[in-house]
Amino acid sequence: MQRFFFGLIFASIATLACATQAREPNGIDSPELVRLVRQDCGSCHGMTLQGGLGVPLTKEALAGQSAEALAIIILHGKHGTAMPPWKTLLTEAQAQWIAQRLVEGFPEETR
Amino acid sequence: MRRILLSLAAALLLAGCATTELRGTGDLGIVIERANGRVAIVDTTTKSILGSVAGLGDLSHASAVFSRDGRYAYVFGRDGGLTKVDILAQRIDKRVMQAGNSIGGAISQDGRLVVAQNYTPGGIKVFDATTLELLSEVPAQSKVVGLVDLPGQKFAYALFDKGEIWVTDLSNPRQPQTQKFPAGQQPYDGLVTPDGRYYMAGLFGEDGIALLDTWQSEQGAKKILENYGKGQEKLPVFKMPHLRGWAVAGNQAYLPAIGRHEVLVVDKSSWKEVRRIKVKSQPVFVMARPDGRQVWVNFAHPDNGWVQVIDTLTGEVVKTLQPGKAILHMEFTPRGEHVWLSARDDHTVAIYDTHSYERIATLPAQSPSGIFFTSRAARTGF
Repeated sequence: MQRFFFGLIFASIATLACATQAREPNGIDSPELVRLVRQDCGSCHGMTLQGGLGVPLTKEALAGQSAEALAIIILHGKHGTAMPPWKTLLTEAQAQWIAQRLVEGFPEETR
Repeated sequence: MRRILLSLAAALLLAGCATTELRGTGDLGIVIERANGRVAIVDTTTKSILGSVAGLGDLSHASAVFSRDGRYAYVFGRDGGLTKVDILAQRIDKRVMQAGNSIGGAISQDGRLVVAQNYTPGGIKVFDATTLELLSEVPAQSKVVGLVDLPGQKFAYALFDKGEIWVTDLSNPRQPQTQKFPAGQQPYDGLVTPDGRYYMAGLFGEDGIALLDTWQSEQGAKKILENYGKGQEKLPVFKMPHLRGWAVAGNQAYLPAIGRHEVLVVDKSSWKEVRRIKVKSQPVFVMARPDGRQVWVNFAHPDNGWVQVIDTLTGEVVKTLQPGKAILHMEFTPRGEHVWLSARDDHTVAIYDTHSYERIATLPAQSPSGIFFTSRAARTGF
């Protein structure tokens, strides 16, 4: 019986660990979002996020900016610039996830 | 006797080698593999990959022009790298880091100057096409877009942040002479008509296209297709459209609308709008087949898996295709019987017959983006 419990707990932890790798709480598929930012945001901001027609989005370039403010720009765009509102394609949670990671230094694509 | 036979065999062998080594480049091209800093060298006759050349740096936004003999590709990378690739020898001939952040380039009418357009620091830089020695530069204090070559060793380009079109005369490449023309808000790209006469800059910050007649540049740039959005709210543009001389089909130019899912058609003699064609999404590349009978259109994220074909005789969409995931670019074979499409997220290049719309081949490539064939070498504005 004890063994059964151990097994159960171990299996749950293992599943959880796997889940956090690919999928965060509130259903965010992180590799998919990393790819979106690198490849599609990258068409203006650069795949390395060093900037292009759009501003650079590296950790250094964003120093002093809050993730909350960035998430609002992602969702609603920035008037007078080419930055479009992504609210039809991204949820608030996804925008917040991206903004937070941009401020921390955005991860590389792993697949 | 045996000796004679042997030397005969040796001679035959040598002759055999020689025939495999000698070849033209008219049916060759390159495919940018953006994630790996690599270009694949491709053959449009055998529809195959001949080899690849690595070490070109950050190619996340890359474009290329060709030497007039069709042997060398000048590849402009996002990180400011300018690489001269020997297509026949399949190796890098020369490479320089010329800016912090670059977007593309052009080659002069006589093939002796290569000019890069840069975002950081903003402006253009002029290089000797043989040695890649820096000859001069024109700082712009703005991101430079839409650089094209014009007849007479001139180059035209647009300034995103300043809303101007500049024409630089490089008759003396060490002493550039620049004329400046007000154009409109936020030009995002530019093109020159295939005859080298009209320069157009697409505007992002307002509805319209700035048009400069370079034969009568003293008249300045005028605006065409003004207010095509008619004050309606724009749809989001998730990727900037790209303009080149391929917009022109016969006596009409086919141009992507900004923030509207339409292709705008203008008459090239009156510069008036003659039609607008409803398409699937925000157009990115609107490219006429070399004979002008068809116009192929791809789209911005999230509809970049679609491609539509417009029949220029009827002005209607006659075919809708789904060639793969994230179609980033298209390139026609020199006379247009085939079109090559890069499917970034499928890691393939798809080749279609433009008459039957049948897919005739699929080639592997790592995150392919731009496809450039050597036939561009002979075209003004490419």
